[in-house]
Amino acid sequence: MIRTTPNHVGVPAHVLWRSALISCLLFFAFLPRAVAQEPPYFVTYSSALEEPGNLEISLKNTQAAPANGNAFLGSALEFEYGVKGWWTTEFYLDGQATKNDSTIFTGFRWENRFRPLLREHFINPVLYVEYENTNFADRALLEITGHQTVADLVIPNNVARQEIEREMELKLILSTNTHGWNFSENFIAEKDLNESGPWEFGYAMGVSRPLSLISRGKSCFWCRENFAAGAEVYGGLGTTDGFGFKATSQYLGPTVSFGIPRGPTILFSPQFGLNDNSAHVLYRFSVSYEVQQVWNMFRRKN
Amino acid sequence: MSRLRVSEKFLIRWRGAEQRCRMAFRVTLSTTALVFCMALADGSWLQKVPADYHTRVNPYAGQTAAIAGGAKLFGDHCAKCHGADALGRGKKPSLRSERVQQQATEGDIFWLLYNGNLRRGMPTWSAMPGPSRWQIIAYVKSLGPASGAATAVNYSEEKSQ
Repeated sequence: MIRTTPNHVGVPAHVLWRSALISCLLFFAFLPRAVAQEPPYFVTYSSALEEPGNLEISLKNTQAAPANGNAFLGSALEFEYGVKGWWTTEFYLDGQATKNDSTIFTGFRWENRFRPLLREHFINPVLYVEYENTNFADRALLEITGHQTVADLVIPNNVARQEIEREMELKLILSTNTHGWNFSENFIAEKDLNESGPWEFGYAMGVSRPLSLISRGKSCFWCRENFAAGAEVYGGLGTTDGFGFKATSQYLGPTVSFGIPRGPTILFSPQFGLNDNSAHVLYRFSVSYEVQQVWNMFRRKN
Repeated sequence: MSRLRVSEKFLIRWRGAEQRCRMAFRVTLSTTALVFCMALADGSWLQKVPADYHTRVNPYAGQTAAIAGGAKLFGDHCAKCHGADALGRGKKPSLRSERVQQQATEGDIFWLLYNGNLRRGMPTWSAMPGPSRWQIIAYVKSLGPASGAATAVNYSEEKSQ
């Protein structure tokens, strides 16, 4: 039986400082105003793609403290670029720090999202294709698939990093926007390209809404219009050898985003494990900044 | 010999005809593409707007507070492409053209914001709440055609205060 220590933040101080420093650098690095229209999800994708020419830089962190292992902080530095109105590409650099263990780089991911239908419908599909080259020590937990459980999170880094995973991941993203609400559902299929193993499946669902549907004319910091709130639920669905919820981990949690005026957007979510295979709680925190029309920065001004 | 000459002449004529055909095909193709692009650039999206959107009325039209909110949203989401003065930047069109200010109804623009024009680089703003989209439209319409720059200045002054 694997259990976790609830509410125990045991990350070394230098890791937290490093994370805070990177966040501050992201905060001050760019001056143009940064506002994205994406719902406040960590795992679930909606049909919102990056606007063409915009570059969003995010630092996504996941912190947990499994009872039988050391506390860790998994991070993913994300570069998201809108290539076309119907095509967004993203590149991730993943790393993690584990208490009483080490801080390591764990790999990279490259993902692409496409909108096959160019008009808006009640349900909007988006196709997602990702290649990831990460080792087993990766703790970013950007999705949960197959029989991935908390037991995988307590393996020492020097052992886990020996196993390299080269995976292809496919998602069907369905999303609805109505009356200010967003409802999104993702169906995930993942295959390790190294081995002739089974396909692994997972899901993620989210619902969210901005706290205010209209904008006040004057600039304000704590206005409701700067916040969005919601909830998401996600987990594994087994493999082709054993489809279902058995021996999978499942998480559910509220999520809130705060778009700082003329600054970055901050997301926070405590996500609670729904069964014994899940970590008791995952604390997720991200800082993202959107650089609008990034190529304009390199053009000569007349 | 004479047979050879005849066949050579035929070959030369045939090649000439082939070249002319190719040229005609290229010209036709280029012209069609040009006309198609001009049609798109000329706002063919307006013809795609369903009748129920075309006749929609902006609930915030003429409301000063809502227009000020729209100015803020415009600055956040639209100004980087269309310019702070909404006159367009580079290939991004002006929102103070006759087409946007006079030909298109507010319902037409609402439909465009909802659906976008993904092939031509205009993203969909469906994730933005409907009232916020109406606020942006109220602001854009308040700017008027390109000569009415004074309105834009007034709202930006209000914003800075």
